[in-house]
Amino acid sequence: MTSIRIQINRKCYPAVGQAKPNLAIENLQLQVQAGEFVCLVGPSGCGKTTLLNIIADLDQDFDGEISLNSGQHRRPKIGYVFQNPRLLPWCTVRENIELALTEPQLNQQVDALIAAMQLTAMQQVYPERLSLGMSRRVAIIRAFAINPELLLMDEPFVSIDAPTARQVRNLLLQLWQQRPHSVLFVTHDLREAIALADRLVFLSASPMSVITEIKVPISRQERDNDVAIEAFRQRVLHDYPEIRSLV
Amino acid sequence: MNKPLLRFLSGISESVLSALSILLFMGIWQVVAIEVNDAMLPTPIMVAQVFWQAILSGELPYHLGVTLLRLVVSFIIAMLLGCAIGILLGRSKPLDSLFDQWLIIFLNIPALVSMILCYVWFGLTESAAILAVVINKIPNVVVTVREGTRALDQDLLEMARCHHFSKRKTLKYVIWPQLHPYIMAATRSGLALIWKIILVVELLGRSNGMGYQLNLFFQLFDVASILAYTLAFIGVIQCMELLVLKPLDKKNQRWRR
Repeated sequence: MTSIRIQINRKCYPAVGQAKPNLAIENLQLQVQAGEFVCLVGPSGCGKTTLLNIIADLDQDFDGEISLNSGQHRRPKIGYVFQNPRLLPWCTVRENIELALTEPQLNQQVDALIAAMQLTAMQQVYPERLSLGMSRRVAIIRAFAINPELLLMDEPFVSIDAPTARQVRNLLLQLWQQRPHSVLFVTHDLREAIALADRLVFLSASPMSVITEIKVPISRQERDNDVAIEAFRQRVLHDYPEIRSLV
Repeated sequence: MNKPLLRFLSGISESVLSALSILLFMGIWQVVAIEVNDAMLPTPIMVAQVFWQAILSGELPYHLGVTLLRLVVSFIIAMLLGCAIGILLGRSKPLDSLFDQWLIIFLNIPALVSMILCYVWFGLTESAAILAVVINKIPNVVVTVREGTRALDQDLLEMARCHHFSKRKTLKYVIWPQLHPYIMAATRSGLALIWKIILVVELLGRSNGMGYQLNLFFQLFDVASILAYTLAFIGVIQCMELLVLKPLDKKNQRWRR
C-alpha cells in the first residue's frame, strides 16, 4: 500500500505560439493515506490530468514535491487508466494487456479480469474493432492486471453505458477491497464520486488548488443504495455552496 | 466507360486484370512497331529473343548480378544510416535545427555532381561508386523517417513509460509499428532512386554492371538490347514488390480495419 504526499507550488505550461503561458496548478497540497480511495472532483480543464501525470512521473517539469511511500525501497507499482484508452492498435486486446505485465505469473488473473469485464470473446480482436466503451474496459484491465499499489484513474467510465459502468464500478470496489491499494480517481460526476470514495477532494478551476475536502460517511455496504447516495449529494450541495459551480 | 463494362471489370480478380493490362500494353507496342517498321523500335517478340540470348550467354545475369549486389549494399547502408539519423533528428529539436540546412543542401545536390566528386576524390573504385549512391539516398531516408518520428504518438509513448516498458519493448511494440509506413515509403522511393542513380554511376566509372552495358548498347545503337536489359530490370523490381514488400505490408497492416 502506498501513501502519497503532494505539494505542488507551481505548475506552468510555457507559452506556445499565440497562447499565453498557462498557470495550471498553484499551491496545491494533498495527502492520500495508504489504502484510501480518494475522488478528485473539479471542472473540466482545471488541471486534474496534469496532476495525475505529475504523480505518475510522466511530467517532471513542475515546482514542488511528490513523495510516494510504499514502505519499501522502491517506487510503488502504479496503474494508470488514462482519459483515452491508449491501446496499441497493432496488438490484440490480449497482447495489449500482457505487454503491460511486469511479472509473467500475473498472467493467471488476466483471464479472470477479462471475464469479469465481459471481454472473453474479444481477446484476439484488434482495438480498432472495439467500441470506445470496450476499449476503456481493456485499458482498465491493463491497469488492474499489474496488481498496482497505487491506481490512478482519469474519468475512466466516461462513454461506458450506465449498467456496464455500474458493474465496472462494483468490480473496482471489489478488487480494491480484496487487494488494498490507494486510488486517486478523477471524475466530475458527484454521484459516482460519492459511490466510490472514502474522501472527496474538490478542486478549483485553473490555476487549480484544493477548495475543500469531505469525508463520505456512507458505509461500504450501502454504496449501492442510490437513495442514500442522492441524499448525501443533496446534503453536500446544501452545506458547501462553494462547490455548486463545480459539479 | 459504360456501366456494364465497369461491372464486368470489377468482377475479374486483381491478378487477372493486371495480366490483361500488361498484354494490352504489349499488343499496342507490337502493332506500333510493325507500323513504324524501323530497327530503332523493335517489336516485343524481337526484344524477347534478344533477352533470351543474353540470358543464355550469361552476359545479362552477370551484369545484372553485379548491379544488384551494388544496389543491395548501398541500399542497406543508406537505410540503416538514414533511419538512425532520421530518428535522432525527429526526437531532438536542437539537433534538427542544427542539421536541417545540411539536409536541404544534400537533398538538392545533383546526383551527377556527387558521383563525379566521389570518383575524383576517391578514384574509380567500387567503394567510391557505392559511396556516391549512398550519399544520394541518405537525405531521402532521413527526411521521411524524421517526419515519421515527429508524428509518433506521445500518448502511446507515455503509456509505455508508465508501464515501464524496456527500451527494446518500446522500440518493438510502440515505435516501430508507427514508423513502419514511413520506412516502407522510404524503401520504395529509395529502391526506385537507387536504380536510377546506380546505372549512371556504373556508366561513368565502372567496367561492369547494367549501366556499363547500356552505355555500350547506346554506342552501337542496339535498341533491342537496351529494351531487353530494361525488361530484366522491370522483372527484378516486380519480384521485389511481390515477394518482399507486399507480404511485409500485408503482415504489418493486418490490424487495420
